[in-house]
Amino acid sequence: MTEPLLSIRDVHKGFGGFKAVDGISFDVPRGSIAGLIGPNGAGKTTLFNIISGLYSTDSGEVILDGVRLTGKAPHQVFGSGLARTFQIPRPFPAMTVLENLMIVPRPQAGEKFWNNWIRPGAVKAQEEELRAKAEQVLAFCNLTQVAGSEAQNLSGGQHKLLELARILMADPKIILLDEPAAGVNPTLMRDLVDRILELNAQGYTFLIIEHNMDVVMSVCDPIFVMAQGRLLYQGNAAGVRSDASVLDAYLGETI
Amino acid sequence: MIGVLSYLIFFMILALVFGIAVLGLNLQWGYTGLFNAGVAGFLAIGGYAMAILTGPSREAVFGGFELPFLVGLIGAMGAAGLGGIIIGLVTLRLRGEYLAVATFGIAVTIQLVCLNWEYLTGGTLGLIGIPNPTHELASAPLAQNAIFLAMVVALTALVYWGLQRIVNAPWGRVLKAIREDEIAAESLGKNPALIRLTSFVLGCMLMGLGGALYVAFIGFVSPFDFLPIITFQIWTMLIVGGSANNRGAILGAIVVWAVWTGSGYIISQIVPPEFQAQSGAMQAVLIGLILVLSLLFRPRGLIGEKLHVSRHAKL
Repeated sequence: MTEPLLSIRDVHKGFGGFKAVDGISFDVPRGSIAGLIGPNGAGKTTLFNIISGLYSTDSGEVILDGVRLTGKAPHQVFGSGLARTFQIPRPFPAMTVLENLMIVPRPQAGEKFWNNWIRPGAVKAQEEELRAKAEQVLAFCNLTQVAGSEAQNLSGGQHKLLELARILMADPKIILLDEPAAGVNPTLMRDLVDRILELNAQGYTFLIIEHNMDVVMSVCDPIFVMAQGRLLYQGNAAGVRSDASVLDAYLGETI
Repeated sequence: MIGVLSYLIFFMILALVFGIAVLGLNLQWGYTGLFNAGVAGFLAIGGYAMAILTGPSREAVFGGFELPFLVGLIGAMGAAGLGGIIIGLVTLRLRGEYLAVATFGIAVTIQLVCLNWEYLTGGTLGLIGIPNPTHELASAPLAQNAIFLAMVVALTALVYWGLQRIVNAPWGRVLKAIREDEIAAESLGKNPALIRLTSFVLGCMLMGLGGALYVAFIGFVSPFDFLPIITFQIWTMLIVGGSANNRGAILGAIVVWAVWTGSGYIISQIVPPEFQAQSGAMQAVLIGLILVLSLLFRPRGLIGEKLHVSRHAKL
């Protein structure tokens, strides 16, 4: 087996007396679509927040492609090549969909305010490049027709696509999706799954939190099962289906 | 006729001087969502810096360097910017109303320092005899004020142009993203602390510029020029004119200053002399009233925010 792309090593996180993440370790192989499942309150999103730098860890570390992410601020984690979406999407509501995308790549000359005074030509050229790239990504995510809309006017499913589209502006090494299929209608969900599979074929690695077992079982391998802050099981779809502890803690019945 | 004209010139000078400070607040609040309730403090820093740098020397008081007007303006912006860096760093972790309370308290502290640190500020007497550069260029008061107005118009235009270049641009897009959702912005690789601080400091420098022009125009500075009511007025100007729109900020300054001075004039005409002292409070009530009416019926202000941020991303 090759060296894993993302490595979670004995991560602990408590809030007061409550241990939200209680010694989690697992590896996400390069090029995989890994699934992270488990009952509500298992600590999945907390783990995402730790990986992406929003939360500090009490102990343990997270390694991405040989680089230690632990201790980095969220914007530095993103710069290291890890991008994530949110369970409840976080678009920039009063900005156009196009600019929700154009803001992402970095470094941008125009993000240094003085460059807009002294190097307007360079800023303009880069903006044109960003715009062309954004239009490609919007087409890939079926969002072209809403490019000029305020992001807050999109539907819930489109918000999920928008979050994925934003990430694709940056070419990250790994993409963390927090419940991409939640609240998404079946056709749009098919769309989303197709995009994920296509991106995976292009070489993107994914780690996905999801409750929709059809999605998880059909696209994710390996699958990690969390319960009460601990790793309950890891394996492939067939193994998850047949493991007694997973059935008991999460699935409840055979599927 | 000359009386009306000279009053209009006087009126526009003060409206635009406040307008520059409103542009600074617009950068902080309108574009970045920073609730700075300490505008008066930064006006004061700029005003006193101007007075100390350009004013005449006097016994037992620091300063009086008699430096050129332009040096005074730059020094005032630098001093307010430095104040912005220090206060910005201290309050970097505060958001929303917490930042408002902190900056309000700091502005009151600055005002009290101005009132009591006599060696630096002249205390309650303030600093007088601040040179107005137009007095060397013309002798008639009307001509002097006309020149000062031309200069303030030019400065306002320069500030407006400079701001438009940077806010209708990728930099402004990041400001707006942080205003809209800071967690999303930092998860997408933006450094909110640095960007918030930059916006805060630039805004404070503009407030310092406004304070300096105010002091150079009226020729003296005293702690009573920078009471918390001025913060309230600057805020009302921004909300009435249109937050996150630089033209709105300037328009709001003119409209609200017109209401303030106009109501003062009317009150002085219709209220009996024995109640004149109390009637000044009516002005503040009126400003509060238009603020509330604006928030209720025109929350985006007279000229609201535009949807597109970068001028390169119009559809």
